Amino acid sequence: MILAHADQVSRRYGDVLALDRVDLTVRAGELVGLLGPNGAGKSTLINLLVGLRRPTAGRVELFGGDPRDATSRRRLGVTPQETGLPGTLRVGEVVDFVSAHFPDPVPRAELLDRFGLADQVRRQTGGLSGGQRRRLAVALAFIGRPRLVILDEPTTGLDVEARHSLWEAVRAFHSEGGTVLLSSHYLEEVEALAQRVVVIGHGRVLADDTVDAVRGIVGVRRVSLIADELPPLPGVVSTEHAEGRTHLLTTDADQLVRDLVRAGVAFRELEVRPTSLEEAFLTITADDRPTAVTA
Amino acid sequence: MPLALVHAKYQLLEIIRIPVAVFGAAFFPAASMIFFVVPFTGDDAQAATFATASMVTFSVLTANIFQYGAGVAEDRVQPWSPYTRTLPAGALPRFAGRILAGLVLTYVSMLPVVVIAAVATAAAITPVDFLIALGTVAVISVPFTLLGLAIGYSMPSKAAIVVAQLIFFPLAFGGGLLSGPDDAPGFIRAIAPYLPTRGAVELMWAAATDWRPDPLALAMLGVWVVLLAAVATWAYRRDEGRRFS
Repeated sequence: MILAHADQVSRRYGDVLALDRVDLTVRAGELVGLLGPNGAGKSTLINLLVGLRRPTAGRVELFGGDPRDATSRRRLGVTPQETGLPGTLRVGEVVDFVSAHFPDPVPRAELLDRFGLADQVRRQTGGLSGGQRRRLAVALAFIGRPRLVILDEPTTGLDVEARHSLWEAVRAFHSEGGTVLLSSHYLEEVEALAQRVVVIGHGRVLADDTVDAVRGIVGVRRVSLIADELPPLPGVVSTEHAEGRTHLLTTDADQLVRDLVRAGVAFRELEVRPTSLEEAFLTITADDRPTAVTA
Repeated sequence: MPLALVHAKYQLLEIIRIPVAVFGAAFFPAASMIFFVVPFTGDDAQAATFATASMVTFSVLTANIFQYGAGVAEDRVQPWSPYTRTLPAGALPRFAGRILAGLVLTYVSMLPVVVIAAVATAAAITPVDFLIALGTVAVISVPFTLLGLAIGYSMPSKAAIVVAQLIFFPLAFGGGLLSGPDDAPGFIRAIAPYLPTRGAVELMWAAATDWRPDPLALAMLGVWVVLLAAVATWAYRRDEGRRFS
């Protein structure tokens, strides 16, 4: 069963094309990661799916209806931005307020317990730590016993421990049959949670595949060295020269080094570094191969 | 509890936790009452009643302009308001809740004026007239709510606060709220009927006493309501279009 669906969706803000003919299907029981650098169009796509924005072209569906109809959002859980919680309201009051919108909300005590906020029920949200605020924000998505939860960068700015405890909550929801669409610019986060990854860059879907397959494309390494001349090498995605060094981007650094040695190239000061996700995306988007992997 | 009431309740909670906003709306009318009404009306019951009705109108004006002007403008930059629109309810309960909360605060902010009038002046009102006056407060809130919404939806919060401050005093003074119905300076008599505050205070006077309101001021009040409704609707739609379309 399809819970959320985008069909050839484009979204334009003035002169900027934020989304360009995007297709996305989220089926019941899936845990889908939406991966992309900042400004790739992730948040725009999510805003369309939760009914905050209207697509310029194409069609968006939520539970088979228009996300802009309130009834389509009854089984949807969304997280506010952590900075958006009303600072003067107490934790318990924020939960009660959101609960009032749903027919069968999770009891307050149970929800706060699940997110480790039971002791904070009387605190004003403005007085919480960043981690607590974020946990509360994520907890709000689960109040209405949703079938689909959409989390927009839920762990940005959290420390490792807080991040892992949130991951646990997401996993627990998914293991009970819940469906999750989660955006992130951390490959690690998507790897830890998702089974399927949709990579977005420059407003387009660059890849939509299993975590393993996508790790193959974004797991690009940078091999940098000083050498006068290099023979043609297999597996090199891009080559650039800067400040006397040659930088090779490759999906298999080990093999590249073996090939270099085997070819008898005179090189020195070899360095192998992981690329940032951003760099990897730029690499796969730069030479315009958006369909490197497709499902 | 209907969702509009839920929204109203939590908006009131938010406002009451930072009570400066309430004090602000209540302060000017209460201070004007103490400095200009109490010492000068003496034991003239009629003058005191008229002046109290004027100060109630003054507090309705300030409460609404500041609440909606500054409140809405501030809300528009908070990520919390888009979040509430992803809940299965939409924009209407939040808007209705805001209007309800605004009305409650309007009544709260005029309390000091009424208490000062009862304790320190000779102002007198029959119970029936008092109830009519309470209802009239809701009626005259309409133009000032619309004015506040027009300000709040059309400009950023810093500008909204300044504009609210610039507007409220000329409206109060020019409408004759700070002078009795018959002893206003000539130029105020000339311009007052064309300001929304005049129609509003004429209605308050009529509710609290046996004053016969000026038809010109009432007609102009009607014109103002239509005009301000148009501007508020335009500003609201423009804001919706920017943030949610």
